[in-house]
Amino acid sequence: MKKWIIMLVTVVLGLIGLSGCSDSDAASGGEKDGKVEITYGFWDKKQVPAIEEIIKLFNEKYPDIKVKTEITPYGQYFQKLETAATGGALPDVLWMNGAHVVQYAEGKVILPLSEMAEKDDYSLDNYPESLIDLYTVDGDIYGIPKDYDTTGLWYNKKIFDEAGVSYPDETWDWEKLKEAAKQLTDKEKGIWGYAALMGNQGGYYDFIWQNDGYIISKDSKSVGFDQPEAIEALEYNVSFIKEGLSPTQAQMTETAASELFSSGKIAMMFDGPWMVPEYKKNPDLDVAVVPQGKKRAVSIHGLSNVISSNTKHKEEAWKFLQFLGSKEAAEVYAKTGTVIPAFNGTQDAWKESVPNLNLQAFIDGAEYSVPLPSVENTGEIWQYETDVLKKAWSEEISIEEAAEELTKKANEALSK
Amino acid sequence: MKEVPLQTEVKSAKRIKVSSLAKTRKRSDYFWAYLMIAPTMLGLFIFYLWPIVQNFYFSFTEWGAFGQYEWTGLDNYKRLLEDATLLQAFKNTSIYIIFTVPIGIFLSIIVAVLLNQNIKGKSIYRTLYFLPVITMPAAIAMVWKWLYNADYGMFNYLLSLARIEGPQWVSDPNIALYSIIAVAIWSGIGYNMVIFLSGLQGIPKMYYEAAEIDGAGPVTVFFKITLPLLSPVIFFVSIMSLIGAFQVFDLIFMMIGKSSTALESTQSIVYLFYQHAFVLNDKGYAAAIAVLLLAVILIITAIQMVLQKKWVHYD
Repeated sequence: MKKWIIMLVTVVLGLIGLSGCSDSDAASGGEKDGKVEITYGFWDKKQVPAIEEIIKLFNEKYPDIKVKTEITPYGQYFQKLETAATGGALPDVLWMNGAHVVQYAEGKVILPLSEMAEKDDYSLDNYPESLIDLYTVDGDIYGIPKDYDTTGLWYNKKIFDEAGVSYPDETWDWEKLKEAAKQLTDKEKGIWGYAALMGNQGGYYDFIWQNDGYIISKDSKSVGFDQPEAIEALEYNVSFIKEGLSPTQAQMTETAASELFSSGKIAMMFDGPWMVPEYKKNPDLDVAVVPQGKKRAVSIHGLSNVISSNTKHKEEAWKFLQFLGSKEAAEVYAKTGTVIPAFNGTQDAWKESVPNLNLQAFIDGAEYSVPLPSVENTGEIWQYETDVLKKAWSEEISIEEAAEELTKKANEALSK
Repeated sequence: MKEVPLQTEVKSAKRIKVSSLAKTRKRSDYFWAYLMIAPTMLGLFIFYLWPIVQNFYFSFTEWGAFGQYEWTGLDNYKRLLEDATLLQAFKNTSIYIIFTVPIGIFLSIIVAVLLNQNIKGKSIYRTLYFLPVITMPAAIAMVWKWLYNADYGMFNYLLSLARIEGPQWVSDPNIALYSIIAVAIWSGIGYNMVIFLSGLQGIPKMYYEAAEIDGAGPVTVFFKITLPLLSPVIFFVSIMSLIGAFQVFDLIFMMIGKSSTALESTQSIVYLFYQHAFVLNDKGYAAAIAVLLLAVILIITAIQMVLQKKWVHYD
């Protein structure tokens, strides 16, 4: 008995010792010699140089606000945020994406900005409308757009020249894309005309919108995958695989399509501007706007900066947020060429950072772009899309069956 | 509690006095002993026992965003019974265990016995067999993924030289699980081999000498002496490998893509747990899966403990 008591005491003593260590942590983010320190959380290491420069410029204006950066790789970013939000330990200012904004806004862990923006006369007209829409939840804006990405039709000039096909341009439509894919496919050389990716952004979402379909209904109560327009669009996608014009789903999971494309095995594929640093290494590659269906459409997604509800320095965080959304900050981003800055008019500098690629294609797309739909269970719906559509892409089940199953599962998730 | 008499007590003439001295000393011994193991005990309580208790509690709850949860009673467990994916995951895990554990143990005993001989460069061979153990599982998975690649991988290239069209090793639902099993066995041999080696070296030489005098051949020696005397180690290794095999996750996570056609036929119980806990944010149900897994492992280990009396020889 006594042994147990001693043991218990040692455990308790140890616990007290441990908790003593963790106390000092909470003190950071407080005030040090009259300076306020705020934290800025994000995931992309490639953007660190740009962010550091922006913070330097910010400190020229506000020398009393110190900004500490906190990088978490994307794979763990939202898992970590969720835990941090549960414990009230989110960074003061942080990156947010379209898939999560509704969940975070409705969970009240990020702050609505409309009131502060009105008070300070902060204009939201400086950003593409679709991005403002993306970060507006129940009529309140939650994030200031930082950058955006649309999709372009990347192509390999060498394969086009050898097959004698003219390069894609804005006149291309679905029919022309299919026709070109047929002409470009060369089984003997192991070249596929097109990569029918199973991805939503820059994939079947774009085709569904081009075909007048929808992903999530306006009232956020149902999905539109089983509508005839969507089924037709999905069938168009899979037809490339069925006709042997695209690698199969299994082939594209084993070897990423982007790798096949940059090594000259694929003639055309949809991809985003984030691939510019990779694709610019191969001089044969260029990019055009995506072909049109019944109408022009391309998905747009962009990140934004948000303020967490648990911040102790709301005023300072808002000042930093405004600066991150300013023209000055956007120009720093443009210069480094990593992302398309969201501030209207600063995109030209980005375009000129890689002059030999037709980067205008991505900027043109923004005009008729559609934001990725975002609801509280976006992540769950995406998971079902992958689970179900991959069976259609690998021709295990028909498009109709897949559409029906996916609609059922997604609608259930929406009704939660 | 029975107290084992200290040596000093036996030696001493003044028994009573010394024994009370020993008692006080013992008490302070206990104090220091517990103080010394306190850090480890703390770790055990905070990082193992408490989470198990909490996990059990959470298995009766349903989670919303940001840590809100509500008590739903047995709902999660009812769902477990109807979940066809879970059944499939159990099937996959069972196949994985049935192949990796016995084959893995068999091969590592063979390797250990061979490397226990006096052959040239045996430490080099031991190092080579142990290398996969010190390599990160993620790195192993990446390398094998390239080897297995259906279009550009080495296996299918070698097969193509013999004019055979190789299969899609990690994409074909009928083959993928066995491809993973092969990697698991390969990477597990080294660890078990080291344990078996130490077991082999603990077998007294005299048994072998006696057997030699009686004219026993190497095969007879292996089955009549080595194997029975190694049985406690085999028992230990089989328990540990079985528990490890039940928890397989990293190889599957790394080698089978999220949009792979073979995912359903390869995903293990822990993979499913990960999906529910971190991808679908369905933490209550994930906790129920974890409780079920814990129960299954406990039962199977208990069965092994009972059965060991029939085949494990302690000296």
